[in-house]
Amino acid sequence: MIYETSTLAIVIFFAFVAFTLGLSFYLGGKAKSSAGYFAAHGQIPWFVNGVAFAGDYLSAASFLGICGMIAFSGYDGFLYSIGFLAGWIVALFVIAEPMKRLGKFTFADALDAKFQSRGVKLAAGISTLAVSIFYLIPQMVGAGVLVQPLLGFPHWVGVVIVGSVVILIVVTAGMVSTTWVQFLKGSLLVIFSTVLVAMLLTRGFDVTEGGNDGYAFKTLTATQAEDGSLSVEGYQVIPSKGEWNDSSFVQLSSSAGMMVFSKEVNAEGQITLHEAQTVTITEDGEKLINGKPQSKENDLHPVGRVSKLPGDKKSSGPVGLLSFFSILQESEVVLWRNEKVKNEDGTSTTVYYQKPTAGSRVLRPGEHPKFAGIRSDKFSDKLNFISLMLALFCGTASLPHILIRYYTVKDGASARKSTIVGIASIGFFYVLTLYMGLGAMTSGAMDVTNSNMAAPLLAKSMENWLFAVISAIAFTTVLGTVSGLILASAGAVAHDLAGVLLKEKLDDAQLVRVAKITSVVVGAIAIVLGILFEKMNVGFLVGWAFSVAASANLPSLVMLLFWKKTTKQGITAAVLVGMISSLAWILLSGDTFKSVYGIDPTTSPVPFDQPGIVTIPLGFVTLWVVSLMTQPKEKQLIA
Amino acid sequence: MQSRNARIGLKLFCVYLLLYGGFVGINTFSPATMEKTPFAGVNLAIWYGMLLIIGAFVLALVYGLVCDPHDAPEDQEGGAKG
Repeated sequence: MIYETSTLAIVIFFAFVAFTLGLSFYLGGKAKSSAGYFAAHGQIPWFVNGVAFAGDYLSAASFLGICGMIAFSGYDGFLYSIGFLAGWIVALFVIAEPMKRLGKFTFADALDAKFQSRGVKLAAGISTLAVSIFYLIPQMVGAGVLVQPLLGFPHWVGVVIVGSVVILIVVTAGMVSTTWVQFLKGSLLVIFSTVLVAMLLTRGFDVTEGGNDGYAFKTLTATQAEDGSLSVEGYQVIPSKGEWNDSSFVQLSSSAGMMVFSKEVNAEGQITLHEAQTVTITEDGEKLINGKPQSKENDLHPVGRVSKLPGDKKSSGPVGLLSFFSILQESEVVLWRNEKVKNEDGTSTTVYYQKPTAGSRVLRPGEHPKFAGIRSDKFSDKLNFISLMLALFCGTASLPHILIRYYTVKDGASARKSTIVGIASIGFFYVLTLYMGLGAMTSGAMDVTNSNMAAPLLAKSMENWLFAVISAIAFTTVLGTVSGLILASAGAVAHDLAGVLLKEKLDDAQLVRVAKITSVVVGAIAIVLGILFEKMNVGFLVGWAFSVAASANLPSLVMLLFWKKTTKQGITAAVLVGMISSLAWILLSGDTFKSVYGIDPTTSPVPFDQPGIVTIPLGFVTLWVVSLMTQPKEKQLIA
Repeated sequence: MQSRNARIGLKLFCVYLLLYGGFVGINTFSPATMEKTPFAGVNLAIWYGMLLIIGAFVLALVYGLVCDPHDAPEDQEGGAKG
């Protein structure tokens, strides 16, 4: 059994949530005006703001998604860490100080500072809402994923808990409480991830036959007769039917029951069978594990192990920061892959099978299916990779919930200093992600069905109290980021959209009231989307949000700062074209066809999945062309 | 005309852009290069990735140190027209 609800975990978890809520209610009294609600009166100390940047930015995608992707596929998840951090260079060197000078409450403030245009406000407000909601989906999915094993609740309950707590935080005190929740979470995340990595290095690597429940997966040798039929000593081979016949799996039966094995044929023609695990959902909704009803005694085994160490050693002993990688480079680890096979009765069985992989392959880029394109001969596959890395680089400085944090400090110098603190905290954490992900991969604690739980399960393989603390921190991770996103959305509606649509200026109390109502509505939308997108990897979903943010917002921000001929019409057009084109591209991509609509990805009309390389330049070109077409007449300029 | 801080920022940005571009370029067009182990048995993909993360922090520190705290913006964003 991978997950067992522990009283200690529940106590620690609720203590974290209670403390966070208590802090919010306490700080709530300090933020009555709109300046306090949206920007904490610009009085947050730069160091606190810097760590809060980390708390805001290190979302479920960073902690759960990246660690999970590394744990399941190796180095490729680290590409997200690199791209996410690189984006902060754009934020620091290009955006930070001007953003602080130009704006007051929202992202649209900065874009509209010179124009006072309803069009700019409307476009930037819609873009803020679109990006924030896109970014909210993975956070809510992450929340459900966490609560499920920790407290034993279904996924949707976790999503509802997070949504409700966050709405309470944002409605009580806005940016003040959000900032301190993020500061707390950023600090704890970095500190306890460091503890986890230190324990991991002390433990080193051990060669095992299975996961840490003690179950040893069987490896058998098969012989093939001239007619192609297989025989295995001590087992009866079940004749394959339907899709099973075309698969690389073999079904065997013995006195212990039926088992599924994956078949591996080496260059000499020898056939080795590796034991697999299966999940089948029957027509009446019952879940079968390895062909029998799921129960405490019959459940999936935890996985993730080293199968060979250099020099055929059984244990490495404690390892150092560099020898952690060099030992893994020379080892062999067992990864797990899955494949769906249709049964004759119309149900499907997901087969999770072992894939022994050389450490040198695990530590190189291009092993994850999403990144396999870099080894492809097709140029469009390579473009897909470049496009993703471009979106990650450009996306950070375009995320509205990050940009509004520049308004919470007193001046440009504080904005700069807090960004440097943010880069230090975030960069340090991202270095740790590679250790945590690879540590989870070899921890014997992984759940084959859920990559997002890799980091908490790594902690569980160390100590149960650490699992409780890490899960609670991961939960506050979601709280911190979701609070920031809901606040950015509430600000956009209250300051940007309401003013334009109602055609009148709202007073201070009305602004705060509209923002609070918006927080509740956006929170409710986030809850629904979090339930709908349950099965998606959170890191992957965030990649989409970065593409939309970079395409919609970055061209306008950069051109406003560096091109004198930028006009309000140019900005409005660039934001809308960037946003719509990137959203359309994502909705029409092969990935979405396969993962969301469940249809053949080869029928997708777009040549590759990631839009950034097309839609970011499109935003720049749109702004340039429209601005040139709408230059003010010379008389107006002189006037 | 841009402020002194903005000019420094742009120069450091270009340095990092070259580093990042090199990383993406090697991964895209010569992924096998990333598998080489130039030092301490650790491959280039990990060395380069760590360089990009630590390098970002070093450049941020340099920027923080050389920036003028009283540098007033001149026309950095002032040219945009409505």
